[in-house]
Amino acid sequence: MTAPIVIEAVEKAFGEKAVLRGVSAEIQRGEIFGILGPSGAGKTTVLRLVDLLLAPDAGRILFHGTALDPRSPEALAQRRRMAMIMQNPATFRASVFENVAFGLWLRGADAAEVRARVFQALEFVGLLGAARERADRLSGGEQQRIAFARAAVLRPEVLLLDEFTANLDPANVRALEEATLRYRRETGCTVVIVTHNLFQAKRLADRAALLLDGRLVEVAPAKDIFENPQRAETRAFLTGEMAY
Amino acid sequence: MALDAELLQIVGLSFLVAGTSTLIGSVIGIPLGAMIALKEFRGRDFVRTLAFTFYGFPPVLAGLLVFLLLSKEGPLGSLEWLFTPIGMVVAQVLIVTPIVTGITASAVMSVEKRLHETALALGADGRQWRATALHEARVGLLTAVMLGFGRAISEVGAVLIVGGNIRGYTRVLTTAIVLETSQAHYVEATVFGVVLFAVSFVVFAVLQRVQGRAFL
Repeated sequence: MTAPIVIEAVEKAFGEKAVLRGVSAEIQRGEIFGILGPSGAGKTTVLRLVDLLLAPDAGRILFHGTALDPRSPEALAQRRRMAMIMQNPATFRASVFENVAFGLWLRGADAAEVRARVFQALEFVGLLGAARERADRLSGGEQQRIAFARAAVLRPEVLLLDEFTANLDPANVRALEEATLRYRRETGCTVVIVTHNLFQAKRLADRAALLLDGRLVEVAPAKDIFENPQRAETRAFLTGEMAY
Repeated sequence: MALDAELLQIVGLSFLVAGTSTLIGSVIGIPLGAMIALKEFRGRDFVRTLAFTFYGFPPVLAGLLVFLLLSKEGPLGSLEWLFTPIGMVVAQVLIVTPIVTGITASAVMSVEKRLHETALALGADGRQWRATALHEARVGLLTAVMLGFGRAISEVGAVLIVGGNIRGYTRVLTTAIVLETSQAHYVEATVFGVVLFAVSFVVFAVLQRVQGRAFL
């Protein structure tokens, strides 16, 4: 069985600054794949490339064997098979219900289906009682749970999480991590999580990759990465010897 | 009694001219502002700078420009719009449109910055994103219309030059105040001023209520 996402020698630069320098990885169906690395290593860029928000300068990303290209006519349909949760949740000026329903409305789902799925998603993240409240009046943690419900309600094949618990309190971090594990367990969806939080990667990821200075230096099962890293850079990063 | 009738006529014309120019200015300015904010095109920065520059376009200059256009020797003289309410609307459209355009562009740009990637990541296509951006910027758009109307109803220079302040035909509240003050009829001038303030207050109160509802 081929991997749903294959990243082949991808390079990306912003102006003069090379952010990714030949990144390659295969992300397997149903796994939680963690991308670790210090700030500025290029982790978010990988996610934005996978979600067709950017195009690579060189190399390619295959999604079920088809090369992703944000300018292609298939880009919208491909992007609609994925969902991404950003680091800072941006909510629409609307109720919690409407925020979660947004993606379904874009896809032309009928009212009864929208209602049923939105309430199910809100229950999943523990926000059923807040459905009629204004989303922007909720706390940061609650807004991030809205973002999770907004993505989960679409039943994506691939869930992309970009530092999705950064700046949240421990209770919300735990709630969102549990929601992620439960969602993967119930749907079998593939999850790619970007984080600089080693403990989070340890708690969530099946496999992990360390991205340093635009290059993947080591990709291995998470247990191996944390307990028996093969590369000196990985050891230095995990032990905190690497200042960043 | 005669003053009452004249006052009503002046109030009616003031709101007709300001309202019509705000409507036309909004029909032009909102799509233009949205285009400046959302569409990549050559010269976008220039158009944006131009819109912001025209924010402070002196009304007297707009009046002079329209006067020259509509005067008998001017390129649009054959329309015979000089010293008519239509001519006054044309002058005010010139003043209102940049305000609506600039504020719309700012409001939509701030939405663009905050929500563009989120909307795309949730599956919006180009058309859906543009509709979402305008909907999200609705409070800003209402502000643009309110400020445009505020500028139009309180404006005096352009309507005086283009309308000529003709009694019973092109006299509006602001030009009436100027006239009465120049003739030392301070009581009448004050009455017109109070009416202008009171009626404007009612219009803005209604718009503000609509704006409050637009928050959700």
